[in-house]
Amino acid sequence: MRYAMAIDTKKCVGCGDCVVACQTENNVPIGYCRDWVVENVAGTYPQIELEIRSERCNHCENAPCVRCCPTGASYIVEGGVVLVEPNKCIGCGACIESCPYDARYSHPDGYVDKCTFCFHRVQKGQDPACVSVCPTNCMYFGDLDNPNSDVSKVLATRKFKVLAPEAGTNPKIYYLI
Amino acid sequence: MKEELIVSGRMNPGIDPYLHIWHWQIPLYLFLGGVAAGLLFFTSLYYILGKEKELPTAVKWANFLAPVALVVGLFALFLDLKHKLFFWQLYTTIRLSSPMSWGAWTLMLITPLAFVWSASYLRELVPSWDWKLKILYDFEKLIIRYRKVIAWMLLLLSIILGIYTGILLSAFNARPLWNTSLLGPLFLTSGLSTGAAIIMWMSKDHAERALFSKIDLILIATELFFIIHLFMGFLASTQVQINAAELFLGGEFTVSFWVFVILLGLVLPAILEILELRGYKVPVAIPAILILFGGLMFRFIMVEAGQITRYLY
Repeated sequence: MRYAMAIDTKKCVGCGDCVVACQTENNVPIGYCRDWVVENVAGTYPQIELEIRSERCNHCENAPCVRCCPTGASYIVEGGVVLVEPNKCIGCGACIESCPYDARYSHPDGYVDKCTFCFHRVQKGQDPACVSVCPTNCMYFGDLDNPNSDVSKVLATRKFKVLAPEAGTNPKIYYLI
Repeated sequence: MKEELIVSGRMNPGIDPYLHIWHWQIPLYLFLGGVAAGLLFFTSLYYILGKEKELPTAVKWANFLAPVALVVGLFALFLDLKHKLFFWQLYTTIRLSSPMSWGAWTLMLITPLAFVWSASYLRELVPSWDWKLKILYDFEKLIIRYRKVIAWMLLLLSIILGIYTGILLSAFNARPLWNTSLLGPLFLTSGLSTGAAIIMWMSKDHAERALFSKIDLILIATELFFIIHLFMGFLASTQVQINAAELFLGGEFTVSFWVFVILLGLVLPAILEILELRGYKVPVAIPAILILFGGLMFRFIMVEAGQITRYLY
């Protein structure tokens, strides 16, 4: 089982609902975020392209944060979800330095925190909070190994990209383009 | 030209607008770890080679600074931790893929060994020293008898410690400036060079001073070679590494790097040491302090600049 997410950059309007839903669902401390919206404007007027992306931890298959963690506090659970165990984390910052997506932050309580793919919801068969609230339905979540999952079906029919593939991390957030 | 404007909604403290999760504690530790590695490398190497009499500063005296450097460095590392009470978790596991785990275990071994090594010379340095307890006198006898074993262990561990300070950074492929395998040998060379500078500074003996002056010159030349190689490698690499090199070739770290690290920290002390070897009167403290200063600046700049470099997407 490999959980993954596909996000349609053609449908996303950058409303930020995913960010607020995550902060509420996961009690993210004020001033921090586990997911965020990036607006990328490219070209010169009048040929301008706008790409809006909702970004978060990529739950990489070759996760540098897990590799660099000296205590094993960063680990991969079934489904390929990368999690942090606060009681093992010493707050050394190695995983934060190692993440090409800067998806991690130091929680005010000391340990390192990040997107969990809402693992507590996924275990119950629900979608992550960000996916379930998206007003344009631009996010798809599911198991890459299951050809009938939402994410597999949309990736079979659409062109997509991942962020910084040259970092060699095998990220599992796909952006439909 | 295609212009690109990226606006991110993320503003996590310490992460945005640019990464700044490691502050002064890490470069200070990298410096002190390098100094300790250098001192312990020379003390154990020349003990094994049987030069205790010819090179008393290197073998017997300068090593007293190593445990001090290690303890201060470890304290700096502890200050860097943000979940401090859980620091013992480092010693519940050995993770081969994590350089920090390697480093933690190396420090766990080399720090007590450095204390033991210095303790075995303590009564030679302070003849009036009294261990008070008989068991401590027995322990002293034991460590003096096994000095050779301890020296071999220190030699190996000091090389690991010196290389590890560089590998720690080079393992982070997310930071293009650090992501080069040259950093391990470069930090080792720089650490050995700072260690040699301290021995040179402390030594009262002319022959010993001249030897460490020559060793230092070789290490400085090696360092300059590595640094040139580093930039050649970056400039022939991907865009993110070209950008990393440009921070030092016209970017915001140009002056601090070329003036403080290269000119004051490497080239000037090398010239002064050559002049001294040629017979000119140069106070030995000047090149020694310059080398130490250069080593410290090098680590601060590398840690600061590395955190700014990142992948583009």
